Amino acid sequence: MDVVIWSRIQFAMTAAYHWLFVPLTLGLALAMAVMETLYVVKKDPFWKKAAQFWIKLFAINFAVGIATGIILEFEFGTNWSNYSWMVGDMFGAPLAIEGILAFFMEATFFAVMFFGWNKVSPKFHLASTWLTGIGATISAYWILVANGWMQNPVGTTFNPDTVRSEMASAAAFWEVISNPVAVSKFCHAVTSGWVTGGIFVVGVSAWYLLKNRHVEFAKKSMLVGAIVGLVGSGAVMLSGDSSGVHAAEFQPMKLAAAEGLQDGGNGAAFTIVPGIKIPKMLSILATHDINGFVPGINDILNGYTDNDGNVVPSVAEKMAMGRRALDALAVYRENDDPTVKADALTILNANVQYMGYGHLEKPEDVVPPVGVVFWAFRFMIGLGMLIALVLLLALIGVWKDKLGAWTWLLWAAIACIPLAYICGQSGWVVAEVGRQPWTIQGLLPVNVAISSLSAGAVKTTFFVFLAVFALFLAIEIRIMIRAIHKGPEL
Amino acid sequence: MSYEFLQNYWWCLIALLGGLLVALMFVQGANLHLGNRVLSDTQKRMILNSTGRKWELTFTTLVTFGGAFFASFPLFYSTSFGGAYWVWVLLLITFVFQAVAYEFQNKKGNLLGVKGFRIALMANGLLAPFLVGTAVGTFFTGSDFTVNKVAITDPSAPVISTWGNGWHGLEALGQYHAILLGCTVMLLAAILGALYVLNNIEDEGIHAQMRRAVKLAIGPFLFFFLSWTVMLLTKKGFAVDPEGVVFLEPFKYLHNLLAMPAVLVMLLVGVVLVLYSIWQGAFTESRKGIWFAMPGTVLVVMSVFFLAGFNNTAYYPSCTDLQSSLTIRNSSSSYFTLQVMSWVSLLIPFVVAYIAYAWHQMDRKKITAEEIMEEEHKY
Repeated sequence: MDVVIWSRIQFAMTAAYHWLFVPLTLGLALAMAVMETLYVVKKDPFWKKAAQFWIKLFAINFAVGIATGIILEFEFGTNWSNYSWMVGDMFGAPLAIEGILAFFMEATFFAVMFFGWNKVSPKFHLASTWLTGIGATISAYWILVANGWMQNPVGTTFNPDTVRSEMASAAAFWEVISNPVAVSKFCHAVTSGWVTGGIFVVGVSAWYLLKNRHVEFAKKSMLVGAIVGLVGSGAVMLSGDSSGVHAAEFQPMKLAAAEGLQDGGNGAAFTIVPGIKIPKMLSILATHDINGFVPGINDILNGYTDNDGNVVPSVAEKMAMGRRALDALAVYRENDDPTVKADALTILNANVQYMGYGHLEKPEDVVPPVGVVFWAFRFMIGLGMLIALVLLLALIGVWKDKLGAWTWLLWAAIACIPLAYICGQSGWVVAEVGRQPWTIQGLLPVNVAISSLSAGAVKTTFFVFLAVFALFLAIEIRIMIRAIHKGPEL
Repeated sequence: MSYEFLQNYWWCLIALLGGLLVALMFVQGANLHLGNRVLSDTQKRMILNSTGRKWELTFTTLVTFGGAFFASFPLFYSTSFGGAYWVWVLLLITFVFQAVAYEFQNKKGNLLGVKGFRIALMANGLLAPFLVGTAVGTFFTGSDFTVNKVAITDPSAPVISTWGNGWHGLEALGQYHAILLGCTVMLLAAILGALYVLNNIEDEGIHAQMRRAVKLAIGPFLFFFLSWTVMLLTKKGFAVDPEGVVFLEPFKYLHNLLAMPAVLVMLLVGVVLVLYSIWQGAFTESRKGIWFAMPGTVLVVMSVFFLAGFNNTAYYPSCTDLQSSLTIRNSSSSYFTLQVMSWVSLLIPFVVAYIAYAWHQMDRKKITAEEIMEEEHKY
């Protein structure tokens, strides 16, 4: 396998691993902040102990999240050198702002939250707990602005003198940070974290109920967890809907792959599983119009006319234009004659929109692995709905005091903890595998985004990281299980 | 605001973040003292809990330093990170272990045991300052890379920045001038760590050991620092003419120092502050050395960055192809990106203010043995 594949595998592993820790951080932060707020408002020491227990679990999880976050940041440079240069002007700013605005907030107030119980006032401590979670959430916003820009590169122009995508104007920065893809991704990712945090609290509480330990604590925690998780579930569905619309608008190939749609059309049907379809549903979901046109994989390869009447060229035509742009760029860079340069620049500007396609070898390169994306999409939706149902039943169970009789629900809640992780990972598989081969949609495919390294070097670091990650995961799970087994000190 | 002004402004911010990063490496330096055999286990845990409340700040500064460098000078990020691969990966791994070591080391079921994680902390304490110092050292020695932007139009070899050898950065370990800076920073971190512990912990036994450590470090620290400085001021440097052409100029860094009296003053004030703090820590009863050592470190590191980048100098030179060298002008982000980020940077004083407030609240009580025995939330 070559360096492109190994670089992708390494980055995919790091990102997926990082996402094992982030959703719980986001969700648990909300649940424990709510509990500590109850303590400060009601002056009931029970809620202090409850918050302290969940904060203890939060801290175990938080450390690995931080450790893996820095690897992602470094890997942009170490493994994606061309990418770093080509997009540094667009991507770097959100990353730097994330550091200045969010990371210091998380780091500073985490320390106060963890060590400050006997050192600062209850109100300052409560503020610190909230600020830890808010810092994590702001951080998610900025990194998803960067990710959203890769999915839908707005506010940028290609500068042939520097050979990179540049911020088109100071106002373009506003376009970048209000990118609709980034906004819906942020909502979708953060609220999916609330679902993960919610089901984690509910599942752990269910275990105490099954063991008949800390019953009061478990019921009250379950109530908070179920509410946090259900609010998250509702928001995940809404933001998922707008994510679908954005995919149709900006990344039709991702949508076609997620649906396994070879040939599109007007009033397209939605496939639940192969063989079972809901007529017209895909058009409704993707375009919010019952007869809207949804392009399939073949339409995109061969060219089509979209809902606004714009003619989208075939991939082969885009590749030819892209190649013309690249050749013109080479002429522009390597000549000193002003007329030759001016002519090259004209050709470049006429074709620059498809420059990324000039790097592709054949039209089929733009088709992501359809089977993977198709099934990941179904796992995400199916598991998400299952978890929402379990959360709803848990809420009803606590409310009506039926949990003693509903042991099956308690087991289901425990089983939903790992399922929530599979659900979240599936979502990212749809988002990231679904946009292959692009690191930047339409502008930069993975095979030219890399660093000049040998496959062996990247392979070596991959296995080193794999070993480190496996070790940390084993330790984290062992420590987490022991802490849960020990239970809260009430 | 002109483009040049913004580029200079961001080089100042990078220098400041670099200075803060080295100053905050008191965390790494303090963890080195975990290897001190005279200290009891309780005393070691006091040190761990003291640095354990600060390590995230150092870590976050590293992340922000990387992010800010990426955002303001992306060609450095793409050239150095992708090129000096092994150096950055090694640095990364030591920090990754450090990040989990505090939380995991005293928990049952942690697989590596207390000892394993302490070794990881000490490895980070040794290697992180050394590698950062050596990497900055290559700002003055040059590295083996080329930058060719037309490469991107060639599908068979599209990478713009390519490294010239298979060592991918490890070859810097053979450049003794860069190594001298690595050793200087490592010893400086150890001194900063000792001064910090001296200030932050109430324990006579620890105080004695820290003062002894500072005394022991003085000789080697001065040797490495002075050797590096003398070599720097006498060597050829990477100068840039008004056309952007890079050439070698004898005594370039000495010329820079004389051409920028403000930098000379910064350097001298910084060195005096660091030396004063060392004297306080080693030979007086004072425990306030760290308050002089940290600002002193920030000033010295900033002046080193200024010598590397200002006064028409290539800050990340290529010794393979001089014209591939990176300067503040040819490696920066666009005008608009720098402008937007400059507005954001106005929030930095606010961030510093809340960090200072939170620290002040947390450090009102110094760490004592009783606290380590009784407090339930500890490492």
